[in-house]
Order: sequence, then C-alpha cells, then structure tokens
Amino acid sequence: MRGVGLSGGVLSTGLLEQEAQAAPPAAPVSGPAAVPITLRINGKSVNTSVEPRETLLDTMRNSLDLTAAKRVCDRGTCGACTIIVSGKVMYSCTMLAIDSQGKEIETLEGISAKNHPIIAAFVANDAQQCGYCTPGFVVASKGFLDKHPNPTYEEVKKGLGGNLCRCGTYMGIRQAVVDAGKQLKGGRNA
Amino acid sequence: MQNFEYANPKTIQEATALLGASWSDANLLAGGTDLISLMKEELATPKRVVSLKGIKDLGGIHKSGGGLRIGATVTFDELLENAAVRAEYPSLVEAAHGVSSPQIRNMGTVGGDLCQRPRCWYFRGGEGLLGMKNGKSLIPGGENRYHAIFGNGPAYFVSASSLAPALIALGAKFKLVSASGNREVAADKFFVAPQNETTREIVLAPNEILTEILIPSAKGVKNATYEVRHKEALDWPLATASVALTMKGNSVANARIVLGHVGPVPYSASAAEKWLAGKTITESVADEAGKAAVADAKPLSQNEYKVQLARVAVKRALLEAGGKKA
Repeated sequence: MRGVGLSGGVLSTGLLEQEAQAAPPAAPVSGPAAVPITLRINGKSVNTSVEPRETLLDTMRNSLDLTAAKRVCDRGTCGACTIIVSGKVMYSCTMLAIDSQGKEIETLEGISAKNHPIIAAFVANDAQQCGYCTPGFVVASKGFLDKHPNPTYEEVKKGLGGNLCRCGTYMGIRQAVVDAGKQLKGGRNA
Repeated sequence: MQNFEYANPKTIQEATALLGASWSDANLLAGGTDLISLMKEELATPKRVVSLKGIKDLGGIHKSGGGLRIGATVTFDELLENAAVRAEYPSLVEAAHGVSSPQIRNMGTVGGDLCQRPRCWYFRGGEGLLGMKNGKSLIPGGENRYHAIFGNGPAYFVSASSLAPALIALGAKFKLVSASGNREVAADKFFVAPQNETTREIVLAPNEILTEILIPSAKGVKNATYEVRHKEALDWPLATASVALTMKGNSVANARIVLGHVGPVPYSASAAEKWLAGKTITESVADEAGKAAVADAKPLSQNEYKVQLARVAVKRALLEAGGKKA
C-alpha cells in the first residue's frame, strides 16, 4: 500500500505544481516562540509547550520530569538518551520535541513500571559500573528483545551497536540481554 | 541551537512552497541525525525548518519499470526490511548494514544519507567546508588521516554518504522537486567537488527537495559492496567499494566500480572498469582491478594507508560479486 501511495504522489506532484504557481498554499508554521504541543509518552497524553529548537530529550528532562534518558554526548552517538518511538529505538537528543507529536513514545520509566525482565537481568549480571549509560542500554536492550526474542550473544553484540559504555561493561550487558531473552521465551511458552 | 520556525507540511507541494532561495532561509528535516547536530554546532542556522516526516508521498518503496522507486524518507531499517531490495541489490543492503547503529538505521533516511554534510573535522569545527585559512587549506599539512586520497583540492573532505557508491554503480537517478518544476539527476552527477566556500557538495538547490531515488533493474547484474571500518559499530567507513558487473556468460561485459569515503565525491574508477571488460573474475583479476582503481590516488601526509584499504575494498567487492569468497 505504501508503494501505491508513492505512485499517487508522483502523479499528483505535476498537477499540483501548476496550482502552486497560481496560488501558493498556506502551510501551518509555528514558532520561533514557544508553542503548545501534545506528546504520547508511556501510554499517556502529555501537554507542554516548547520552542521548536527543543530536543525531545531536553523536553522530557526539563519539563516532563522524565529524567531516565541521559544527556551525555548530545550528538546521536553514545545512546544514553535512547527511547523507543513507534516500536523502534531512537536517540531522543537528536529529534525535536515538536516533531515527535502523534507517535507512541516509550521511555525507561514506562519499561520499569512494567517490570520488564531485562531490569532484573542487568542487576543479576552486574551489568553496569558508573551507571550513566545504563538507562540507554536498558531501553536499547528492551527494543532489541521486542524484535529479536531469545537472541544469541553475537546477535546481541550487533543489536546494541548504537550504545557506548566507557566503563566497558559490555560483557555483563550482553549476557543480561541473552538471559532476559531466555526468560521472555520461557514466559511465552509456559 | 539558534531558534527557528517549524513547519510540518503534508504534501510535497506545501513543502516546496515553504523553502527559500538560500540555505539560511529554510532547511529540510527528515531523520534529523545530521541536521540537528549541525544546528547545535550552529553550522546550520536556518530561519525555518521544514519537517518531511508528515509527507506520505516521500515514503515507500515500490516497483517501477523493472526497477525500484525508493522514497527519500525511507529509513535504513525500512530499506533493509524490503524484500525487493534484498533480492536484487545486495550492494545496497551491504552499504545500509554498514550504518551499524540500530538507532541511526531507525532514524536516518535514504535522502538524508545522500544530502548529509561532510564529516571533516575542519568543517565540523567551524573552519569552513574547505578548511581555508589566509587563502591556504589547512588540510594537506594538517590532521588529514581520514581525508581524501583522490581529487586535487581545494576540497579535501570525503563524501560521507554510505549509499552513494552503490547507487552510482547501479545507475540510479534522483528526482529533485521545486515549486517551479522537477528534474532528474544521475546519481554520479548529484555530487560535486566544491571550488569555493559558498558552494555545496551536492547539486540540490535550497528550494528543492530530493523526493525519490530511481534504481534500474539489476537482473543479471552482479553487485556487491565492501566496506572497511575502524570499529565494528558506530563509525564511518575509511573506504568503501561498490561494484556492479553486467555479465556475458562467465566474463564481464560491463563493470561499474565506485569508491566511497576517498574523495570529495564518490570516485568512479574508470580505468579499472575498462580494464575489467572481457575478463573473468578470479582472485588475481580482482587484485589487478584493485590496483588499477587506486593508480591515480594522491594521498595526503597522513592517509597513504587508505590507498591500500581502497585497493583491497575493490578486490573484495569484486570477489563477492563474482561469487568467490572475499
């Protein structure tokens, strides 16, 4: 169906352009002053107001009291700010809050409230040292397990390739994900 | 980050009407993996940011005239999940896999990959696209271990796109749309080596949108990508080779060999392409082709090692395309 949509777009572009020359359409523009927005986070709708330049990470941490996602590199590299958007892991430091409306956002707060087995597995495997990267790793692990139930150690290694741990606790983290995967599979089969 | 106004149009036509004549008027936001960082560094300071994520016509992959049309906002993840892409374009799949962070694959788009700015640390550090000081480039005598081994300046950065070498080798075209019309640009003509600070490294104008990528059928075209990276994850390649071989029986009728991350534009190794015609892919033929591909390399003070990496990348991509173990 997406393919059909694209084909329709290609056809309509040419037609619409002639109209555009006659009367440019008015598209809604907001900001640069703060504007009200609504986000869907952990199953709830949240209203706040942001300048367009605010990242989703900063909005969560500074306005919404959601501080599990950490601001570390702030350049979409380290993974400490990882959240799940529409079922996919993403860096919240590298997306705008205003541009994240209408999507289901899941943070560590939501995962923790559901007592996901990955959390106990991190504890059992001593999968952290200083702890700064941990929230991002837990979310990235949960997002990975959603798509790869019961993974192998090698799959986990690749699947967590978007997160860095400067203490070097990768061994414990990967084993925690393997263990949580086994529990999840056991849970479903039981 | 400087503030800006934000627009979230629903159609391509609405979006083009929001763009201006200069890059400081409006910038396009898709996955954001490059633009947001550029804005944080104030290397991009647009008055307006136009989000493309709400435009359905910019998404989707579908078959067209034996080939594929890939919407510009298709993410790396969507590209990798697509059965048609996986069946016929292993070079593209391998290039997309090279973007080794799942978060970046989920956010980053095909169009964004092609339009991202160079990673050169002189540029990212605010020294300008060409890294000039008092009319002289800082790069040839500076920290240049990740810089160009092809091209004669004044641009010494390397093209950052992961997908461009494969798309050029496959003969793709890009569709660019503005409020006043459409044009199609061959993938290899999309990238240009800027001659001064005010020009860009791609031909896209500030009032245009890259809307889709058209790839011809690769039936019977053996294609592969081989990428050399420092780390397993979270890194740009040091050298990439994408090859597309049209075969006649066991021998090569026509070869395309394109190197990435070795020059300000993806480098077409035309001497190696010509040399390969009529040959059968064996280890020694692939090795000779690699040698021919880097014959014109002009490394800088710290990056001669990249010549060898590029040579080996060509050899291994050819062996992989030819069904030999690389």
